[in-house]
Amino acid sequence: MRRVSRAERADIRFTLNGRAVAAAAEPRMLLSDFLRDALGATGTHVGCEHGICGCCTVLIDGAACRACLTFAVQVEGRTVATVESLAEDGKLNKLQQAFQDHHALQCGFCTPGILMSFTDFLGRIPDPSESQVRDVLSGHLCRCTGYDGLIRAVLAAARHHRDEKAP
Amino acid sequence: MDDHPALDTRLLGKPVPRSEDRALLMGHGRYVDDLPVSRDTLSAHVVRSPHAHAVIRGIDATAARAAAGVHAVITGEDARRLTDPFLVAVKQPLPQWALAVGRVRYVGEPVAVVIADDRYLAEDAAELVTVEYETLPAVVDPRAAAAPGATLIHPDCGTNEVSNRHFRYGDPESAFARADARVAITVEYPRNSFTPLECFVVVASHAPADGSYDVVANFQGPFSIHPVMARALRVPGPKLRLRTPASSGGSFGIKLSIFPYIVLMAIAARLVGRPVKWVEDRLEHLQAASSGPNRVSTVEAAVTRDGRILALSYDNLEDYGAFLRAPMPGPLYRMHGAMTGAYDVANVAVTNRCVLTNKMPAGLIRGFGGPQLYLALERLVHKIAVTLGLDPLAVIRRNLIPAASFPYRAAAGGLYDSGDYARAVDLAVGDGRLAAVQQRQAQARAAGRRYGIGFAAVVEPGMSNMGYLSTMLTSEARERAGPKNGAVSLATVAIDPLGAVSVTADAPPQGQGHATVLAQIVAEELGIGLDDVAVNLEIDTAKDAWSIAAGTYSCRFSPGTAVAAHLAARQVRAKLASIAANQLNVLKDDIEFAGGKIRSRSNPDNALSFTRVAGTAHWSPVLLPSDMAPALRETGVWSPPELEPPARDDRINTSLTYGFVFDFCGVEIDPVTCEARVDRYVSMHDAGNLLNPLIAEGQVRGAFVQGLAAALYEEFVYDEAGGFLSGTFADYLVPTASEVPPLEILHIHSPSPFTPLGAKGLAEGNCMSVPACIANAIADALGIETVTLPATPRRLHAILAGVEPPR
Amino acid sequence: MKPRPFDYLRPDTVEEALVALAEHGEGARILAGGQSLVAMLNFRLLEPLLLIDIARIAALDYIRVEGGALEVGAAVTQNRLLAYPGLGSEAPLLALALPWVGHFQTRNRGTVCGSLAHADPSAEIPLALAVLGGEVVLRSVRGERRVAATDFQAGMLATARAPDELLVAARFPLRADRRAAFRETARRHGDFAIVAVAAVVEPDGSVRLGVGGIADRPSVRRIEPRGAAAVAAAVNDFAWDLGGYDDMHASPRYRRDLLRRMGTAVIDEALQCAA
Repeated sequence: MRRVSRAERADIRFTLNGRAVAAAAEPRMLLSDFLRDALGATGTHVGCEHGICGCCTVLIDGAACRACLTFAVQVEGRTVATVESLAEDGKLNKLQQAFQDHHALQCGFCTPGILMSFTDFLGRIPDPSESQVRDVLSGHLCRCTGYDGLIRAVLAAARHHRDEKAP
Repeated sequence: MDDHPALDTRLLGKPVPRSEDRALLMGHGRYVDDLPVSRDTLSAHVVRSPHAHAVIRGIDATAARAAAGVHAVITGEDARRLTDPFLVAVKQPLPQWALAVGRVRYVGEPVAVVIADDRYLAEDAAELVTVEYETLPAVVDPRAAAAPGATLIHPDCGTNEVSNRHFRYGDPESAFARADARVAITVEYPRNSFTPLECFVVVASHAPADGSYDVVANFQGPFSIHPVMARALRVPGPKLRLRTPASSGGSFGIKLSIFPYIVLMAIAARLVGRPVKWVEDRLEHLQAASSGPNRVSTVEAAVTRDGRILALSYDNLEDYGAFLRAPMPGPLYRMHGAMTGAYDVANVAVTNRCVLTNKMPAGLIRGFGGPQLYLALERLVHKIAVTLGLDPLAVIRRNLIPAASFPYRAAAGGLYDSGDYARAVDLAVGDGRLAAVQQRQAQARAAGRRYGIGFAAVVEPGMSNMGYLSTMLTSEARERAGPKNGAVSLATVAIDPLGAVSVTADAPPQGQGHATVLAQIVAEELGIGLDDVAVNLEIDTAKDAWSIAAGTYSCRFSPGTAVAAHLAARQVRAKLASIAANQLNVLKDDIEFAGGKIRSRSNPDNALSFTRVAGTAHWSPVLLPSDMAPALRETGVWSPPELEPPARDDRINTSLTYGFVFDFCGVEIDPVTCEARVDRYVSMHDAGNLLNPLIAEGQVRGAFVQGLAAALYEEFVYDEAGGFLSGTFADYLVPTASEVPPLEILHIHSPSPFTPLGAKGLAEGNCMSVPACIANAIADALGIETVTLPATPRRLHAILAGVEPPR
Repeated sequence: MKPRPFDYLRPDTVEEALVALAEHGEGARILAGGQSLVAMLNFRLLEPLLLIDIARIAALDYIRVEGGALEVGAAVTQNRLLAYPGLGSEAPLLALALPWVGHFQTRNRGTVCGSLAHADPSAEIPLALAVLGGEVVLRSVRGERRVAATDFQAGMLATARAPDELLVAARFPLRADRRAAFRETARRHGDFAIVAVAAVVEPDGSVRLGVGGIADRPSVRRIEPRGAAAVAAAVNDFAWDLGGYDDMHASPRYRRDLLRRMGTAVIDEALQCAA
């Protein structure tokens, strides 16, 4: 049984983007703040702190979740992935490249959360319909793009993946 | 469809992918909250009023000050002691400081600030601040606020209607007298905001040694507000160093209204003796950041029986909330010169009334007066058609400004640069587009379903004349104060000793891709690659070239900043051409820039590398022509002459460029849910030359969804006591991807003759056109006159409901 | 919007959780998915002294058919249940309703039982439980009891759970007749329902019609499908009996009209789908 009292700053250890990390947090510290302030992973953004805008979406054990509705202490021993895990050696992955190709971002504030949602989703449903993409994208608010470029980017990334895998 | 004339360009006008994207996609954006701060920085949290209107009897912060990690609690008395009230365009006694002084006037108004070791502790302590309020009656409806006997928001003004100005152009009275008919409509534009995903962030510090302030904030401009902040802080401009970040998470006008918080955090830093960081949260933002003004317009037309508009008369009552914050009442005047829209109407009478209520103060917002104007004007045009038994499209066509009239001087002074409105309309409805929507309507109606078609014709101004607000003064007052006009854009192109090009400019970006477009412009001019141009748009008022017009607002980038960069690049090019001509022993006219080389056009082998020529200016000034100064740093200054001060007769050219947007749509009302569902939407744009069509399309689509949101989803709702009901993203309904209908975008191009690049401001247009177009379609679907926006299912149900089936 | 301080406990077993609940009672809150709870904590609408995190209790992470019902443990997330291979045959109404619950992202953490314990009047899972005539399993140091949905759902955000009880599982009865239909009207995709309706067909051919979003908890009524006019009349009576509340998004009359239209449509749809 894990017990942390309110004034205690517990040592939180988990895997972040493939590396073991540790930092201190009191129980009420939100994962969104913990990632940004304690671990310097500022790619994850905070837009509402009530779970609606989706800017803070990260992967916990591979599943897209709101970091603003999660406490740091809840990810002890877990695997967390944020947007910083996607590019390799400065090379954009297929999904990120598709976002650039299709002008799927403008101010970029909502972008990391959307990338993480689709990293999860495309892993489960590699060949989604437009309606499925729209459904998942509806868990995010974007003020800049009008969503059209985002949908095309995700479908293009899925198509690319499908074409690559085709014999 | 796009009939862009073939531009003889390599980069400009091409859909170049954005250079900003890589960093943002990798999570390496540099938003203010991401930036490192000094180790001694403290966190701030604002205590806000729960009441819409109350006298502050006392503030007891004893318990808060004693709480863990708390360094200070700052109240209105500190603000009054250390700052002067903000300058405001309307000269009435309605002082505003960064914190409430004496009374609170809207729910969410800042009352105190807690400074603590971190935000969590600051919020804990904020709950311990006890404020004793004596509530007063609140007034939220603008008509009620303007009526005699209303509770006064600022008793010293003696009224809530703090500005009332009447204007007359041409001879409206005669036109009304000779008209075949008079058609009038009263329209209300609702109160909403475009809530960027990133809220306000301020990091402020104070240097006791010289009394100066240093602030980093996601402020968007206009930088005419810099002196407002400096005056409030009682320092000369150079002692308020304001820096903007590399990345900003959207603004849409909203991040003008951060300025009172900049002043607040600056004095907080001064009082606590350490830097202070404030990150606004979503609840605060919805409640108190900023809002567009709501407006009640009664507009009347004098018409001939075949639908020709002879005169227009407007009565505008615009609600600015509890305070006028600079540069309000901007929305009431930004469109002034273009208040006749796309129509050739010579006779206009306007009464502009500005009223205060117990609601959050209004500020800059995308569209900025255009949505309010066009909802009224385009609903009126629709009503003219209905009243006279004509097709709305025919009425629009009958009144459009003819192509041969450009540049066209509108009745109230707008100088429309270029356009071919009739052709744009013809192309938009052509190719069977309108016919397809009409067929959908016919089918729906045959099946007993409600389906309407709406139109909207909008003239979209770009780049404001900084004198536009002075139209509000009488011409005598303007004479006394001295003329105000113009708009200066500044950009600097520098080339280092190794030939690397860097650009800075006065338009901080919030997602519009300015860095990419500036690189396109400069690389085009200098014959080099995009990757050879580095752009930095982090503004530092202590070091950059800026004017009061600086900032990103009112679509000034394409007609303004982009031109300044082009001029700077030309200046640099001219210098390099002289140096190269000298070295290649050819005439300067023979010099061309291509492929990273500077060479003789007639003998291309006679060439030098760009970098070598640039190096000459740095390393070998002895080789320069005798009249040339060494080094390569040129600032382009663009100050177009068309932006003159208001004339004695109150005519004012409020903007430099005028684009054209023509929309039509089909809307069906769901028989079960009463939702208005956009079935088809076509939007035709003429923004002159497009500097980057990829970015332009993104802007149009973004504006489309914001216009859709205003028409159908978003509204700041207040109850009668001034209580704010739209306090979370569960109540304030920003559309998601599932709410967005398909949009077909079309373009024609009438380059602006008023700028060397021919590119007009683009990106506010659909905020102006979409609410009007959808409202017209709903009016057509339901056969009604009053379409209250947002046209929610609840509102439409109330219209359609009829008698309830009894038990 | 940061929460107030609280103590945190993450028990490994149900028994440990129950002991903590017995000790703290009203001062403790169960943290499962947190999709409703943490938002309320961030708004400072609640001030629990202790959060008891049950999300990792292995004994609560199961989905199985037992005693004629699909039993779902308290740690099961909404997406996990949605992906359960047997869902379409064992609980078709849930398969229809779950995609309407929040968004893909919130369903990755939000739990089935958490939605029941939270008891939002317009929530889909409580509505499904009520229409199916299901029950919840409540356990405390004092023992275990099963409570039928209609007894459990007490009102707006209120249930019959005692402060020392943990909702350990929900039981959705298996039905011989698989005909079911679900409809929802919301302002945006994923929003709280303004009105949600669910219909299942009984062995005797009657239809159980459930409504969420009109009253302070789901309401269920048996409707005899004796022709369109009779059904419309029965649904109309139902609407009048429920009344409906007023908020920013819907008037009581609008809610009743939604029930009239959606109620008859969902009944038709259930009757016509493949058994």
